[in-house]
Amino acid sequence: MALESTVKNMFMSLTVICLVCSALLGGAYAITKDKIDQAGVDKQNEAIARVVPEFDNVPSEEMFEVELEGKKYTVYPASLSGETVGYAINASATGFSGPVVIMVGITADGRIFNTVPVSHAETPGLGAKISEEGNAFVAQFEGLDPSATVLKVRKDGGDIDAITASTITSRAYTAAVETAWLVFNKIKEM
Amino acid sequence: MGKMKVILNGLIKENPTFVLLLGMCPTLGTTTSAINGMGMGLATMCVLILSNMAISAIARFIPDKVRIPCYIVVIATFVTIVQLLMQAFLPSLYETLGLFIPLIVVNCIVLGRAEAYANKHSVMDSACDGIGIGLGFTFALTILGLVREILGSGSVFGMKFISGDGMLAFILAPGAFIVLGYLIVIFKRLTSKIKM
Repeated sequence: MALESTVKNMFMSLTVICLVCSALLGGAYAITKDKIDQAGVDKQNEAIARVVPEFDNVPSEEMFEVELEGKKYTVYPASLSGETVGYAINASATGFSGPVVIMVGITADGRIFNTVPVSHAETPGLGAKISEEGNAFVAQFEGLDPSATVLKVRKDGGDIDAITASTITSRAYTAAVETAWLVFNKIKEM
Repeated sequence: MGKMKVILNGLIKENPTFVLLLGMCPTLGTTTSAINGMGMGLATMCVLILSNMAISAIARFIPDKVRIPCYIVVIATFVTIVQLLMQAFLPSLYETLGLFIPLIVVNCIVLGRAEAYANKHSVMDSACDGIGIGLGFTFALTILGLVREILGSGSVFGMKFISGDGMLAFILAPGAFIVLGYLIVIFKRLTSKIKM
């Protein structure tokens, strides 16, 4: 039935299979690459639009990087008729299972406009609640003045209510918001 | 064996989750909600059908001693293609299942069917076997996800019917084991009656 297991046969069959498979993979990659990149950009733009007040520029084209404690953070400035109305800042912190990446929008006068989770791998049903529409945890950051708030969960002596049974995720999210606030202060100094 | 019988065999008599108890990692890991379970089941089914067909077509040309690496390469190729397609066209589902899609490569159901069925049967029969086993897996994962979702978050396919949280334990790993255990008992009970 099968070919005899000589060195030549084994070598040939594996080589041919690997070649055909890599060709298929290359093809699939080429076909889907643009779509995948586009999906990523769309998601980014959607996140930006949700965290800053109304704007008429293209923030993703004016993005710049800010260095803070040796790490680089991407900032998307939003402006309305030439005047900066806010910054969408991409920040992350380590959550329960991997990084929690969020987009934090801070208005020009230093208030948090809104925050959105961009990507995370938190436990579904627990930490993953940060991605649910209109959840109370993310909503509490809306309109917050970070200079008058301790950006820590209550367990750690701060002013933020953590999600029940998801303290680590809540901590990460809050820490990322705080990082964004520090990045914002750095922008102001520049 | 008729085509229908091959499919039913995978769905009931040799149901990969409830009878063969194969592929437990994605079974327990992804079934936190019905829709996740179903997505994982369907993705596995696609890979299973494609890999079964490909392997039954090329089995004659593969020397015995290198058959496992050959099968793995074929399966890994299909998994990556499915992953890329999913990332491009179903990004939201990809986000929830992302971590588990590459793991289909090492899902013993896929390799198991290649080794136990596809390399000895015709392309058409192997495709039917892939459909049958795939449906069986999807069915099991959807039911498991549904039960865990109802008990754990009080919703059905994402639609909430209670306010607040359900019994959180069912969303976590222990709940997966408990629900799976009971489902196997019920499944065995029902199928033993059918035979009589």
